[in-house]
Amino acid sequence: MFLLAETPALPLHTAGKYVAAAYVVVFAIVLIYVAIMAIRLGRIERDLGELLALDEDAAGRAEVQAHEALAPEAHEDPSRESAPA
Amino acid sequence: MYGKGLRALSFSTVVAVTGALTLVFFYAPLDEEQGFLQKIFYVHVPLAIIALCGFVLGALLAIAHLRTRDPRWDMRSYVVIHMSLIFALATLITGSIWAKGSWGHWWVWSEPTLVSFLIVFLLYATYQPLRFAIEDPERQARTASVFAITAGAFVPMNFIAVRLASAYLHPRVLGNTSNLPGPMALTFVVSLVAMGLLFATLCKYELTAKHTRSQLRALRRRLGALPDTPSPRRSAAPGQGVAGQRSIGARVAGGGAAP
Amino acid sequence: MSATGQRASERGAVPAGAGRRPAVSMRTAVAALLRKELLVELRTLESVPGMSLFALSTFVVFHFALNRNTVDGDLAAGILWVTLLFAALLGVNRLFVADAEDGGFEGFLLAPVERGALLLAKELALLIYLVVLELVAVPAFVLLLAPPFAHALPDLLLVLALGDIGVAVVGTLVAALAVRTRARDLLGPLLGLPLMVPIVIGGARASSPLFAATHAGSPAARWLATLALYDLIFGLIAYAVFDFLLED
Repeated sequence: MFLLAETPALPLHTAGKYVAAAYVVVFAIVLIYVAIMAIRLGRIERDLGELLALDEDAAGRAEVQAHEALAPEAHEDPSRESAPA
Repeated sequence: MYGKGLRALSFSTVVAVTGALTLVFFYAPLDEEQGFLQKIFYVHVPLAIIALCGFVLGALLAIAHLRTRDPRWDMRSYVVIHMSLIFALATLITGSIWAKGSWGHWWVWSEPTLVSFLIVFLLYATYQPLRFAIEDPERQARTASVFAITAGAFVPMNFIAVRLASAYLHPRVLGNTSNLPGPMALTFVVSLVAMGLLFATLCKYELTAKHTRSQLRALRRRLGALPDTPSPRRSAAPGQGVAGQRSIGARVAGGGAAP
Repeated sequence: MSATGQRASERGAVPAGAGRRPAVSMRTAVAALLRKELLVELRTLESVPGMSLFALSTFVVFHFALNRNTVDGDLAAGILWVTLLFAALLGVNRLFVADAEDGGFEGFLLAPVERGALLLAKELALLIYLVVLELVAVPAFVLLLAPPFAHALPDLLLVLALGDIGVAVVGTLVAALAVRTRARDLLGPLLGLPLMVPIVIGGARASSPLFAATHAGSPAARWLATLALYDLIFGLIAYAVFDFLLED
């Protein structure tokens, strides 16, 4: 197989634009992907923060419940037993 | 499990890509016929080869999934195919730019690689719609694997058929990859390796993110909190609908045991 | 047709997957399933008349779209194959619908029969539909668009046969893939068209010399080989993966 002799050897200033365009496209695709991953990472961090806060809440509540169990009091707040939201 | 080795992989990718770009622009000689325009060859052809290997790899991973029923293989297959689709799109775009530069038209039917890629792209573009049209996650994974295997077998068949058809009409326009002079061959090989490493890095990146997300979801379920914004996009990550459901009573009674 | 028949008899001697011995031989099962398919089609007439009518209308559309009274060579071959392909996709859409909606899959899975029998039966049924379609469409094509059609009938039949087998195999596989999804009418053709491109390439290139305006030739061997290879490869693949589509 041979390269077609009819394809013109473009001068540098026109060919350069096409070559640059091709490489820029590939670079742009990779960068877009990085940006999408950054957004996803942000979402993951936010989720993780929420879950950590939830966990602390639940741990705090468990402590309070343990306290009340050890020192039984006359008035117990029944609404304490609410399930976590 | 997925994030391990990501740092080393990305570092080698950086080295390889930088090396490849340096070779392309400072070392590889100018082509006699196409001049500077031929440099696109070093990004277009590796993209094409890696995309094709990716599709075939996706088929192999799908076979592994059907044999072992481990949803992790399905996730790997999904990610690899998704990434190959992006690489295939990039192949089409760079190929089109090359065609415009060397032939004057944004699209040429006489370049069999480009035409085959268009068909393969159209085929794999149905992969995600197919997945998301099936509710049950296990059936979705199985159907997707069957599709991946069928499409993976189709890719080489398609290339042969299109090449036969095109050779009948016109000789190749954009040049071929055999008989490359030494420096060009070296540059090409390095570019190919760099593209392969880039593919692997991006896939690993994606797999790690998906895995982390699904683990977070499982954790969220275990802590008893429902997500306030249900994710609008259905993802292929395993861990969806798997038994992570515990009774609400058990969760309250156990409290949020601090890890 | 002999290729698929031979495969069936070979497979009849092989026990079903997962160590289950079929109580009914492959050939009997396929025959029974095929008979059911054809009976249903004869009674409801929901696929073949529609496909044939669609093909006729498409020829008319082509006449107006191309503004031609006669076509020859590449154009004739192209129009014929495109029309057949799109009409086939209509039939593909309806292939598994009854089974999916009326519990046919569950019923079949309970039977002591190798699962490949369903695939083979559906493929044969679709093949028969295509043959009937062509019995209507090819004479209509010759009538409406008057391609030069010398003594090329046996060659054309051979090319059509090879192409039909390919469409039947891939069409059945695609139908099975698409039928359980929410968008089955759309996904069937969407999946099928790219997969069937090699059939179009082989079929159109092979039949083009048959419609040539001058010096009608015979189909080039390479295109017949392409079609045969495609039929073989996809026949095997469809058989290998079909089981996984049926489970639930």
